[in-house]
Amino acid sequence: MPEGSATIPAPVLERLHLSTQPDYVDGPVRAFAVATVFWGLAGFAAGLFIALQLAFPALNLGLEWTTFGRLRPLHTSAVIFAFGGNALLFSSLYIVQRTCRARLFGGEDAGWFLFGGYNLFIVVAATGYLLGITQGKEYAEPEWYADLWLAVVWIAYLVVFGGTILRRTEPHIYVANWFFLSFIITIAMLHIGNNVVLPVGLSSRSYTFAAGVQDAMIQWWYGHNAVGFFLTSGFLGMMYYFIPKQADRPIYSYRLSIVHFWSLTFLYIWAGPHHLHYTALPDWAQTLGMVFSIMLWMPSWGGMINGLMTLSGAWDKLRTDPALRFSVAAVGFYGMATFEGPVMSIRAVNALSHYTDWTIGHVHSGALGWNGFIIFGALYWIVPKLWNKPGLYSTRLVSWHFWLASLGIVLYAAAMWVAGIMQGLMWRAYDSLGFLQYSFVESVAAMHPYYVIRAGGGVLYLAGAVLMAVNLWRTIAASAASAVPATLRAA
Amino acid sequence: MLDFLHDWLPSIWVAWFFAVFLLILVRTLRPSRRAALERQAMIPLQDDAG
Repeated sequence: MPEGSATIPAPVLERLHLSTQPDYVDGPVRAFAVATVFWGLAGFAAGLFIALQLAFPALNLGLEWTTFGRLRPLHTSAVIFAFGGNALLFSSLYIVQRTCRARLFGGEDAGWFLFGGYNLFIVVAATGYLLGITQGKEYAEPEWYADLWLAVVWIAYLVVFGGTILRRTEPHIYVANWFFLSFIITIAMLHIGNNVVLPVGLSSRSYTFAAGVQDAMIQWWYGHNAVGFFLTSGFLGMMYYFIPKQADRPIYSYRLSIVHFWSLTFLYIWAGPHHLHYTALPDWAQTLGMVFSIMLWMPSWGGMINGLMTLSGAWDKLRTDPALRFSVAAVGFYGMATFEGPVMSIRAVNALSHYTDWTIGHVHSGALGWNGFIIFGALYWIVPKLWNKPGLYSTRLVSWHFWLASLGIVLYAAAMWVAGIMQGLMWRAYDSLGFLQYSFVESVAAMHPYYVIRAGGGVLYLAGAVLMAVNLWRTIAASAASAVPATLRAA
Repeated sequence: MLDFLHDWLPSIWVAWFFAVFLLILVRTLRPSRRAALERQAMIPLQDDAG
Protein backbone atom coordinates (compact mmCIF):
# COMPACT_ATOMS: atom_id res chain seq x y z
CA MET A 1 0.00 0.00 0.00
CA PRO A 2 1.39 3.45 -0.88
CA GLU A 3 2.84 5.47 1.96
CA GLY A 4 0.36 7.75 3.70
CA SER A 5 -2.73 5.97 2.46
CA ALA A 6 -3.56 4.67 5.94
CA THR A 7 -4.74 8.17 6.88
CA ILE A 8 -7.22 8.46 4.01
CA PRO A 9 -10.83 8.25 5.28
CA ALA A 10 -13.06 5.49 3.96
CA PRO A 11 -15.58 7.74 2.14
CA VAL A 12 -12.72 9.20 0.16
CA LEU A 13 -11.38 5.79 -0.72
CA GLU A 14 -14.81 4.95 -2.07
CA ARG A 15 -14.48 7.77 -4.53
CA LEU A 16 -11.22 6.48 -5.90
CA HIS A 17 -12.46 5.71 -9.35
CA LEU A 18 -9.40 7.44 -10.60
CA SER A 19 -8.63 5.21 -13.53
CA THR A 20 -10.79 7.60 -15.58
CA GLN A 21 -9.14 10.77 -14.27
CA PRO A 22 -7.49 12.80 -17.05
CA ASP A 23 -3.83 13.69 -16.74
CA TYR A 24 -4.44 17.24 -15.50
CA VAL A 25 -1.93 20.00 -16.26
CA ASP A 26 -0.89 21.28 -12.83
CA GLY A 27 2.68 22.58 -13.29
CA PRO A 28 1.68 26.03 -14.64
CA VAL A 29 -1.19 26.15 -12.13
CA ARG A 30 1.35 25.79 -9.30
CA ALA A 31 3.48 28.54 -10.86
CA PHE A 32 0.46 30.86 -11.05
CA ALA A 33 -0.29 30.15 -7.37
CA VAL A 34 3.28 31.03 -6.33
CA ALA A 35 3.16 34.19 -8.49
CA THR A 36 -0.12 35.14 -6.81
CA VAL A 37 1.55 35.12 -3.38
CA PHE A 38 4.64 36.95 -4.67
CA TRP A 39 2.70 39.72 -6.43
CA GLY A 40 0.31 39.99 -3.50
CA LEU A 41 3.19 40.78 -1.15
CA ALA A 42 4.73 43.20 -3.67
CA GLY A 43 1.41 44.94 -4.36
CA PHE A 44 0.45 45.27 -0.68
CA ALA A 45 3.93 46.63 0.16
CA ALA A 46 3.68 49.17 -2.66
CA GLY A 47 0.23 50.18 -1.39
CA LEU A 48 1.54 50.65 2.13
CA PHE A 49 4.43 52.75 0.85
CA ILE A 50 2.21 55.12 -1.15
CA ALA A 51 -0.22 55.34 1.80
CA LEU A 52 2.72 56.50 3.91
CA GLN A 53 3.73 58.94 1.14
CA LEU A 54 0.33 60.61 1.45
CA ALA A 55 0.79 60.95 5.23
CA PHE A 56 4.49 61.84 5.01
CA PRO A 57 5.28 63.43 1.60
CA ALA A 58 9.04 63.36 2.27
CA LEU A 59 8.83 59.67 1.36
CA ASN A 60 8.54 60.71 -2.30
CA LEU A 61 12.33 60.90 -1.85
CA GLY A 62 12.69 63.73 -4.34
CA LEU A 63 13.17 61.24 -7.18
CA GLU A 64 10.90 61.12 -10.21
CA TRP A 65 10.84 57.29 -10.16
CA THR A 66 9.54 57.10 -6.59
CA THR A 67 6.88 59.80 -6.72
CA PHE A 68 3.31 58.94 -5.75
CA GLY A 69 2.16 59.54 -9.35
CA ARG A 70 4.37 56.75 -10.67
CA LEU A 71 4.05 54.34 -7.77
CA ARG A 72 0.27 54.52 -7.55
CA PRO A 73 -0.36 52.71 -10.88
CA LEU A 74 2.41 50.30 -9.89
CA HIS A 75 0.37 49.45 -6.77
CA THR A 76 -3.02 49.19 -8.51
CA SER A 77 -1.64 47.07 -11.36
CA ALA A 78 0.30 44.85 -8.95
CA VAL A 79 -2.73 44.05 -6.83
CA ILE A 80 -5.40 43.91 -9.57
CA PHE A 81 -3.60 42.48 -12.58
CA ALA A 82 -0.63 40.70 -10.98
CA PHE A 83 -2.08 39.39 -7.69
CA GLY A 84 -5.70 39.14 -8.89
CA GLY A 85 -4.83 38.12 -12.45
CA ASN A 86 -2.51 35.29 -11.45
CA ALA A 87 -5.16 34.12 -8.97
CA LEU A 88 -7.80 34.11 -11.72
CA LEU A 89 -5.47 32.15 -13.97
CA PHE A 90 -4.55 29.49 -11.40
CA SER A 91 -8.14 29.03 -10.32
CA SER A 92 -9.72 29.06 -13.80
CA LEU A 93 -7.18 26.60 -15.25
CA TYR A 94 -7.55 24.32 -12.24
CA ILE A 95 -11.36 24.49 -12.13
CA VAL A 96 -12.05 24.13 -15.86
CA GLN A 97 -10.06 20.89 -15.99
CA ARG A 98 -11.77 19.36 -12.93
CA THR A 99 -15.33 20.41 -13.73
CA CYS A 100 -15.02 19.45 -17.41
CA ARG A 101 -13.03 16.28 -16.62
CA ALA A 102 -10.65 17.18 -19.41
CA ARG A 103 -6.94 17.87 -19.75
CA LEU A 104 -6.04 21.49 -20.48
CA PHE A 105 -6.29 22.30 -24.19
CA GLY A 106 -2.74 22.80 -25.46
CA GLY A 107 -1.28 20.86 -22.53
CA GLU A 108 1.72 21.91 -20.44
CA ASP A 109 3.18 24.08 -23.21
CA ALA A 110 0.07 26.24 -23.47
CA GLY A 111 -0.08 26.58 -19.68
CA TRP A 112 3.57 27.68 -19.48
CA PHE A 113 3.08 30.12 -22.37
CA LEU A 114 0.21 31.73 -20.47
CA PHE A 115 2.27 31.90 -17.28
CA GLY A 116 5.37 33.37 -18.94
CA GLY A 117 3.42 35.65 -21.26
CA TYR A 118 1.14 37.11 -18.62
CA ASN A 119 3.88 37.74 -16.08
CA LEU A 120 6.12 39.24 -18.78
CA PHE A 121 3.33 41.71 -19.52
CA ILE A 122 3.19 42.66 -15.84
CA VAL A 123 6.94 43.28 -15.62
CA VAL A 124 6.99 45.29 -18.88
CA ALA A 125 4.02 47.42 -17.77
CA ALA A 126 5.38 47.98 -14.25
CA THR A 127 8.84 49.06 -15.38
CA GLY A 128 7.17 51.44 -17.81
CA TYR A 129 5.25 53.14 -14.98
CA LEU A 130 8.45 53.75 -13.03
CA LEU A 131 10.03 55.33 -16.13
CA GLY A 132 6.98 57.55 -16.61
CA ILE A 133 5.58 55.68 -19.63
CA THR A 134 1.80 55.71 -19.28
CA GLN A 135 -1.37 56.34 -21.27
CA GLY A 136 -2.73 58.23 -18.27
CA LYS A 137 -5.88 56.10 -18.21
CA GLU A 138 -6.78 54.60 -14.85
CA TYR A 139 -6.30 50.80 -14.82
CA ALA A 140 -5.28 51.02 -18.51
CA GLU A 141 -1.93 52.72 -18.02
CA PRO A 142 0.29 50.40 -20.11
CA GLU A 143 1.34 51.82 -23.48
CA TRP A 144 0.66 50.25 -26.87
CA TYR A 145 3.56 47.77 -26.98
CA ALA A 146 2.55 46.19 -23.65
CA ASP A 147 -1.13 46.27 -24.69
CA LEU A 148 -0.40 44.43 -27.94
CA TRP A 149 1.45 41.68 -26.07
CA LEU A 150 -1.36 41.32 -23.53
CA ALA A 151 -3.90 41.00 -26.37
CA VAL A 152 -1.90 38.07 -27.79
CA VAL A 153 -1.65 36.36 -24.39
CA TRP A 154 -5.30 36.96 -23.60
CA ILE A 155 -6.55 35.51 -26.87
CA ALA A 156 -4.34 32.48 -26.21
CA TYR A 157 -5.99 32.23 -22.77
CA LEU A 158 -9.43 32.27 -24.43
CA VAL A 159 -8.36 29.51 -26.84
CA VAL A 160 -6.91 27.36 -24.03
CA PHE A 161 -9.93 27.84 -21.73
CA GLY A 162 -12.53 27.50 -24.50
CA GLY A 163 -10.70 24.52 -26.01
CA THR A 164 -10.76 22.73 -22.66
CA ILE A 165 -14.52 23.30 -22.40
CA LEU A 166 -15.00 21.97 -25.94
CA ARG A 167 -13.14 18.73 -25.15
CA ARG A 168 -15.04 18.15 -21.87
CA THR A 169 -16.33 14.71 -20.95
CA GLU A 170 -18.81 16.15 -18.43
CA PRO A 171 -21.95 17.00 -20.47
CA HIS A 172 -22.90 20.13 -18.49
CA ILE A 173 -20.69 23.23 -18.31
CA TYR A 174 -20.58 24.06 -14.58
CA VAL A 175 -21.62 27.63 -13.75
CA ALA A 176 -18.15 28.65 -12.49
CA ASN A 177 -16.92 28.18 -16.05
CA TRP A 178 -19.65 30.47 -17.37
CA PHE A 179 -18.39 33.23 -15.10
CA PHE A 180 -14.78 32.59 -16.15
CA LEU A 181 -15.70 32.56 -19.83
CA SER A 182 -17.63 35.84 -19.58
CA PHE A 183 -14.64 37.34 -17.73
CA ILE A 184 -12.17 36.24 -20.43
CA ILE A 185 -14.31 37.31 -23.41
CA THR A 186 -15.34 40.66 -21.94
CA ILE A 187 -11.83 41.59 -20.82
CA ALA A 188 -10.57 40.85 -24.34
CA MET A 189 -13.27 43.13 -25.78
CA LEU A 190 -12.64 45.91 -23.23
CA HIS A 191 -8.87 45.79 -23.49
CA ILE A 192 -8.86 45.98 -27.28
CA GLY A 193 -11.67 48.57 -27.42
CA ASN A 194 -10.06 50.93 -24.91
CA ASN A 195 -6.56 50.70 -26.36
CA VAL A 196 -7.13 51.65 -30.00
CA VAL A 197 -4.23 54.08 -30.36
CA LEU A 198 -1.79 55.39 -32.93
CA PRO A 199 1.85 54.94 -31.85
CA VAL A 200 4.05 57.99 -32.40
CA GLY A 201 6.70 56.57 -34.73
CA LEU A 202 8.67 53.90 -32.94
CA SER A 203 8.48 55.65 -29.59
CA SER A 204 6.74 54.28 -26.54
CA ARG A 205 4.07 56.99 -26.80
CA SER A 206 0.75 57.03 -28.62
CA TYR A 207 -2.37 59.05 -29.40
CA THR A 208 -5.81 57.68 -28.60
CA PHE A 209 -8.30 57.07 -31.39
CA ALA A 210 -11.14 58.88 -29.60
CA ALA A 211 -10.89 62.27 -27.93
CA GLY A 212 -12.71 64.36 -25.33
CA VAL A 213 -15.85 63.02 -23.71
CA GLN A 214 -15.98 60.08 -26.14
CA ASP A 215 -12.57 58.98 -24.90
CA ALA A 216 -13.72 59.42 -21.31
CA MET A 217 -16.83 57.33 -21.98
CA ILE A 218 -14.81 54.54 -23.61
CA GLN A 219 -12.31 54.66 -20.70
CA TRP A 220 -15.06 54.22 -18.09
CA TRP A 221 -16.89 51.64 -20.16
CA TYR A 222 -13.57 49.82 -19.85
CA GLY A 223 -12.83 50.85 -16.25
CA HIS A 224 -16.13 49.93 -14.70
CA ASN A 225 -16.39 46.66 -16.59
CA ALA A 226 -12.85 45.78 -15.56
CA VAL A 227 -14.34 45.90 -12.06
CA GLY A 228 -17.43 44.05 -13.25
CA PHE A 229 -15.83 41.26 -15.21
CA PHE A 230 -12.25 41.03 -13.90
CA LEU A 231 -12.87 41.66 -10.19
CA THR A 232 -16.44 40.36 -10.04
CA SER A 233 -17.32 37.72 -12.66
CA GLY A 234 -13.95 35.98 -12.51
CA PHE A 235 -13.95 35.95 -8.73
CA LEU A 236 -17.54 34.68 -8.66
CA GLY A 237 -16.24 31.76 -10.72
CA MET A 238 -13.84 31.10 -7.85
CA MET A 239 -16.66 31.43 -5.30
CA TYR A 240 -18.91 28.95 -7.10
CA TYR A 241 -16.19 26.30 -7.00
CA PHE A 242 -14.15 26.84 -3.84
CA ILE A 243 -16.99 27.44 -1.36
CA PRO A 244 -18.78 24.17 -2.28
CA LYS A 245 -15.43 22.36 -2.10
CA GLN A 246 -14.47 23.87 1.25
CA ALA A 247 -17.93 23.37 2.75
CA ASP A 248 -18.24 19.93 1.12
CA ARG A 249 -21.77 20.66 -0.04
CA PRO A 250 -23.27 21.90 -3.32
CA ILE A 251 -24.09 25.53 -3.94
CA TYR A 252 -27.31 26.53 -2.12
CA SER A 253 -29.32 27.11 -5.33
CA TYR A 254 -27.98 26.22 -8.75
CA ARG A 255 -30.99 27.98 -10.27
CA LEU A 256 -30.08 31.18 -8.50
CA SER A 257 -26.52 30.88 -9.76
CA ILE A 258 -27.78 30.80 -13.36
CA VAL A 259 -30.08 33.79 -12.82
CA HIS A 260 -27.16 35.51 -11.03
CA PHE A 261 -24.91 34.95 -14.05
CA TRP A 262 -27.27 36.20 -16.72
CA SER A 263 -28.62 39.20 -14.82
CA LEU A 264 -25.11 40.32 -13.85
CA THR A 265 -23.90 39.90 -17.43
CA PHE A 266 -26.85 41.75 -18.93
CA LEU A 267 -26.69 44.68 -16.49
CA TYR A 268 -23.04 45.33 -15.67
CA ILE A 269 -21.94 46.51 -19.12
CA TRP A 270 -24.22 49.58 -18.91
CA ALA A 271 -23.09 50.94 -15.55
CA GLY A 272 -19.85 52.72 -16.59
CA PRO A 273 -21.26 56.24 -17.08
CA HIS A 274 -21.74 56.62 -13.30
CA HIS A 275 -18.01 57.44 -13.21
CA LEU A 276 -18.71 60.57 -15.26
CA HIS A 277 -21.51 62.28 -13.30
CA TYR A 278 -21.56 66.08 -13.64
CA THR A 279 -19.20 66.02 -16.61
CA ALA A 280 -19.66 66.85 -20.31
CA LEU A 281 -21.28 63.43 -20.78
CA PRO A 282 -24.97 63.88 -21.76
CA ASP A 283 -27.41 63.70 -18.84
CA TRP A 284 -29.29 60.75 -20.34
CA ALA A 285 -26.10 58.69 -20.36
CA GLN A 286 -25.36 59.59 -16.73
CA THR A 287 -28.89 58.60 -15.73
CA LEU A 288 -28.59 55.35 -17.69
CA GLY A 289 -25.41 54.46 -15.80
CA MET A 290 -27.02 55.29 -12.47
CA VAL A 291 -30.19 53.26 -13.13
CA PHE A 292 -28.28 50.18 -14.26
CA SER A 293 -25.96 50.47 -11.26
CA ILE A 294 -28.95 50.43 -8.92
CA MET A 295 -30.45 47.46 -10.75
CA LEU A 296 -27.19 45.60 -10.08
CA TRP A 297 -28.15 45.39 -6.41
CA MET A 298 -30.41 42.45 -7.07
CA PRO A 299 -28.08 40.04 -8.88
CA SER A 300 -25.22 40.99 -6.58
CA TRP A 301 -27.18 40.23 -3.44
CA GLY A 302 -28.66 37.12 -5.04
CA GLY A 303 -25.12 35.86 -5.53
CA MET A 304 -24.10 36.82 -2.01
CA ILE A 305 -27.09 35.00 -0.52
CA ASN A 306 -26.30 31.96 -2.67
CA GLY A 307 -22.72 31.88 -1.42
CA LEU A 308 -23.57 32.39 2.23
CA MET A 309 -26.52 29.97 2.29
CA THR A 310 -24.26 27.22 0.98
CA LEU A 311 -23.02 27.08 4.57
CA SER A 312 -26.59 26.43 5.72
CA GLY A 313 -26.46 23.54 8.16
CA ALA A 314 -22.66 23.63 8.25
CA TRP A 315 -21.92 26.92 9.95
CA ASP A 316 -19.90 25.04 12.58
CA LYS A 317 -17.19 24.55 9.93
CA LEU A 318 -16.35 28.23 10.31
CA ARG A 319 -15.05 27.57 13.83
CA THR A 320 -12.67 24.85 12.75
CA ASP A 321 -11.70 25.91 9.24
CA PRO A 322 -10.22 29.42 9.10
CA ALA A 323 -9.62 29.08 5.34
CA LEU A 324 -13.39 28.67 4.82
CA ARG A 325 -13.82 31.68 7.12
CA PHE A 326 -11.86 33.73 4.57
CA SER A 327 -14.10 32.60 1.71
CA VAL A 328 -17.33 33.28 3.58
CA ALA A 329 -16.17 36.66 4.91
CA ALA A 330 -15.23 37.48 1.30
CA VAL A 331 -18.82 36.92 0.22
CA GLY A 332 -19.97 39.22 3.06
CA PHE A 333 -17.61 41.93 1.79
CA TYR A 334 -18.94 41.33 -1.74
CA GLY A 335 -22.43 42.07 -0.43
CA MET A 336 -21.30 45.23 1.38
CA ALA A 337 -19.28 46.58 -1.55
CA THR A 338 -22.07 45.89 -4.04
CA PHE A 339 -24.52 47.70 -1.79
CA GLU A 340 -22.30 50.73 -1.37
CA GLY A 341 -21.40 50.99 -5.08
CA PRO A 342 -24.97 51.56 -6.31
CA VAL A 343 -25.54 54.06 -3.45
CA MET A 344 -22.49 56.02 -4.62
CA SER A 345 -23.70 55.90 -8.23
CA ILE A 346 -26.79 57.96 -7.33
CA ARG A 347 -26.05 61.43 -8.66
CA ALA A 348 -26.92 63.29 -5.47
CA VAL A 349 -24.66 61.00 -3.40
CA ASN A 350 -21.94 61.14 -6.06
CA ALA A 351 -21.94 64.93 -5.82
CA LEU A 352 -20.52 64.46 -2.33
CA SER A 353 -18.45 61.32 -2.78
CA HIS A 354 -16.77 61.85 -6.16
CA TYR A 355 -13.06 62.77 -6.10
CA THR A 356 -12.93 62.13 -2.33
CA ASP A 357 -11.33 59.29 -0.37
CA TRP A 358 -14.77 57.78 0.19
CA THR A 359 -14.23 56.21 -3.25
CA ILE A 360 -10.87 54.87 -2.09
CA GLY A 361 -12.51 53.34 0.99
CA HIS A 362 -15.24 51.78 -1.16
CA VAL A 363 -12.77 50.27 -3.62
CA HIS A 364 -10.61 48.85 -0.85
CA SER A 365 -13.48 47.28 1.09
CA GLY A 366 -14.18 45.40 -2.14
CA ALA A 367 -10.57 44.72 -3.11
CA LEU A 368 -9.18 43.81 0.32
CA GLY A 369 -12.33 42.12 1.59
CA TRP A 370 -13.90 40.46 -1.44
CA ASN A 371 -11.03 39.86 -3.88
CA GLY A 372 -8.25 39.46 -1.31
CA PHE A 373 -10.17 37.17 1.03
CA ILE A 374 -11.54 34.89 -1.68
CA ILE A 375 -7.98 34.49 -3.03
CA PHE A 376 -6.60 33.73 0.44
CA GLY A 377 -9.33 31.13 1.02
CA ALA A 378 -8.64 29.55 -2.38
CA LEU A 379 -4.86 29.48 -1.81
CA TYR A 380 -5.22 27.82 1.59
CA TRP A 381 -7.41 25.16 0.01
CA ILE A 382 -5.52 24.58 -3.22
CA VAL A 383 -1.85 24.68 -2.16
CA PRO A 384 -1.93 21.41 -0.18
CA LYS A 385 -3.82 19.79 -3.06
CA LEU A 386 -1.45 21.02 -5.78
CA TRP A 387 1.66 20.05 -3.84
CA ASN A 388 0.18 16.77 -2.72
CA LYS A 389 0.29 17.47 1.03
CA PRO A 390 -2.14 16.24 3.67
CA GLY A 391 -2.91 19.74 4.94
CA LEU A 392 -1.58 23.17 5.78
CA TYR A 393 1.51 23.70 7.92
CA SER A 394 -0.52 25.65 10.49
CA THR A 395 -4.22 26.47 10.75
CA ARG A 396 -3.36 28.69 13.72
CA LEU A 397 -1.39 30.95 11.37
CA VAL A 398 -4.40 31.06 9.03
CA SER A 399 -6.49 32.23 11.96
CA TRP A 400 -3.94 34.95 12.79
CA HIS A 401 -3.94 36.00 9.16
CA PHE A 402 -7.73 36.24 9.15
CA TRP A 403 -7.97 38.48 12.20
CA LEU A 404 -5.01 40.69 11.24
CA ALA A 405 -6.43 41.22 7.75
CA SER A 406 -9.97 41.84 9.05
CA LEU A 407 -8.75 44.43 11.54
CA GLY A 408 -6.64 46.00 8.80
CA ILE A 409 -9.69 46.39 6.55
CA VAL A 410 -11.75 47.90 9.37
CA LEU A 411 -9.06 50.53 10.05
CA TYR A 412 -8.58 51.21 6.34
CA ALA A 413 -12.22 51.46 5.30
CA ALA A 414 -13.47 53.33 8.39
CA ALA A 415 -10.66 55.92 8.10
CA MET A 416 -11.35 56.49 4.42
CA TRP A 417 -15.11 56.70 4.83
CA VAL A 418 -14.83 59.33 7.57
CA ALA A 419 -12.06 61.19 5.76
CA GLY A 420 -13.86 61.10 2.42
CA ILE A 421 -17.16 62.44 3.73
CA MET A 422 -15.27 65.12 5.67
CA GLN A 423 -13.38 66.05 2.51
CA GLY A 424 -16.57 66.33 0.46
CA LEU A 425 -18.29 68.43 3.12
CA MET A 426 -15.28 70.75 3.45
CA TRP A 427 -15.14 71.32 -0.32
CA ARG A 428 -18.81 72.31 -0.53
CA ALA A 429 -19.00 74.43 2.65
CA TYR A 430 -19.84 78.11 2.09
CA ASP A 431 -19.74 80.99 4.54
CA SER A 432 -22.52 83.55 5.01
CA LEU A 433 -21.12 85.71 2.18
CA GLY A 434 -21.12 82.85 -0.31
CA PHE A 435 -17.35 82.26 -0.29
CA LEU A 436 -15.79 78.84 0.12
CA GLN A 437 -15.27 78.25 3.84
CA TYR A 438 -12.09 76.20 3.46
CA SER A 439 -9.15 76.41 1.12
CA PHE A 440 -8.16 73.17 -0.60
CA VAL A 441 -4.97 72.91 1.45
CA GLU A 442 -7.00 72.99 4.68
CA SER A 443 -8.86 69.88 3.53
CA VAL A 444 -5.51 68.23 2.74
CA ALA A 445 -4.15 69.04 6.21
CA ALA A 446 -7.33 67.67 7.82
CA MET A 447 -6.70 64.32 6.13
CA HIS A 448 -3.39 63.66 7.88
CA PRO A 449 -4.62 61.60 10.89
CA TYR A 450 -6.84 59.49 8.64
CA TYR A 451 -3.96 58.81 6.27
CA VAL A 452 -1.91 57.57 9.22
CA ILE A 453 -4.76 55.29 10.40
CA ARG A 454 -5.17 53.98 6.82
CA ALA A 455 -1.45 53.16 6.67
CA GLY A 456 -1.84 51.32 10.00
CA GLY A 457 -4.57 49.20 8.40
CA GLY A 458 -2.21 48.48 5.53
CA VAL A 459 0.51 47.34 7.93
CA LEU A 460 -1.89 44.80 9.46
CA TYR A 461 -3.09 43.54 6.07
CA LEU A 462 0.49 43.16 4.82
CA ALA A 463 1.55 41.43 8.04
CA GLY A 464 -1.25 38.90 7.58
CA ALA A 465 -0.13 38.24 3.99
CA VAL A 466 3.45 37.65 5.19
CA LEU A 467 2.10 35.03 7.64
CA MET A 468 0.26 33.41 4.73
CA ALA A 469 3.42 33.31 2.61
CA VAL A 470 5.36 31.67 5.46
CA ASN A 471 2.56 29.19 6.10
CA LEU A 472 2.23 28.22 2.43
CA TRP A 473 6.00 27.99 2.04
CA ARG A 474 6.28 25.68 5.05
CA THR A 475 3.38 23.64 3.66
CA ILE A 476 5.08 23.20 0.30
CA ALA A 477 8.48 22.53 1.87
CA ALA A 478 7.12 19.91 4.28
CA SER A 479 9.00 16.63 4.07
CA ALA A 480 8.17 14.28 1.25
CA ALA A 481 7.22 11.66 3.86
CA SER A 482 4.08 13.66 4.70
CA ALA A 483 2.93 13.75 1.09
CA VAL A 484 -0.23 11.97 0.01
CA PRO A 485 0.16 9.96 -3.20
CA ALA A 486 -1.55 11.74 -6.08
CA THR A 487 -3.84 8.80 -6.69
CA LEU A 488 -5.15 8.91 -3.12
CA ARG A 489 -5.82 12.61 -2.70
CA ALA A 490 -9.13 13.54 -1.09
CA ALA A 491 -11.65 14.93 -3.55
CA MET B 1 -34.07 52.46 -44.47
CA LEU B 2 -30.99 53.70 -42.67
CA ASP B 3 -33.05 56.34 -40.88
CA PHE B 4 -35.57 53.72 -39.83
CA LEU B 5 -32.81 51.50 -38.41
CA HIS B 6 -31.23 54.47 -36.63
CA ASP B 7 -34.55 55.40 -35.01
CA TRP B 8 -35.78 51.96 -34.10
CA LEU B 9 -32.81 49.65 -33.70
CA PRO B 10 -31.87 50.81 -30.16
CA SER B 11 -35.43 50.19 -28.94
CA ILE B 12 -35.74 46.88 -30.75
CA TRP B 13 -32.39 45.81 -29.31
CA VAL B 14 -33.54 46.56 -25.75
CA ALA B 15 -36.78 44.63 -26.29
CA TRP B 16 -34.84 41.73 -27.84
CA PHE B 17 -32.46 41.53 -24.86
CA PHE B 18 -35.36 41.69 -22.45
CA ALA B 19 -37.11 38.85 -24.30
CA VAL B 20 -33.93 36.73 -24.26
CA PHE B 21 -33.55 37.31 -20.51
CA LEU B 22 -37.18 36.33 -19.91
CA LEU B 23 -36.67 33.13 -21.89
CA ILE B 24 -33.61 32.30 -19.78
CA LEU B 25 -35.63 32.89 -16.60
CA VAL B 26 -38.50 30.69 -17.77
CA ARG B 27 -36.16 27.89 -18.80
CA THR B 28 -34.20 28.05 -15.52
CA LEU B 29 -37.17 28.28 -13.18
CA ARG B 30 -39.35 25.60 -14.85
CA PRO B 31 -40.24 23.04 -12.15
CA SER B 32 -39.37 20.13 -14.45
CA ARG B 33 -35.73 21.31 -14.52
CA ARG B 34 -35.24 21.07 -10.76
CA ALA B 35 -33.79 17.55 -10.65
CA ALA B 36 -31.37 18.17 -13.51
CA LEU B 37 -30.13 21.41 -11.97
CA GLU B 38 -29.59 19.73 -8.60
CA ARG B 39 -27.46 17.10 -10.32
CA GLN B 40 -25.44 19.81 -12.07
CA ALA B 41 -24.79 21.54 -8.75
CA MET B 42 -22.97 18.39 -7.61
CA ILE B 43 -20.29 18.61 -10.33
CA PRO B 44 -17.57 20.18 -8.15
CA LEU B 45 -18.11 17.54 -5.46
CA GLN B 46 -17.82 14.70 -7.93
CA ASP B 47 -14.64 15.75 -9.65
CA ASP B 48 -11.40 13.96 -8.99
CA ALA B 49 -9.71 17.15 -8.03
CA GLY B 50 -7.71 15.99 -5.09
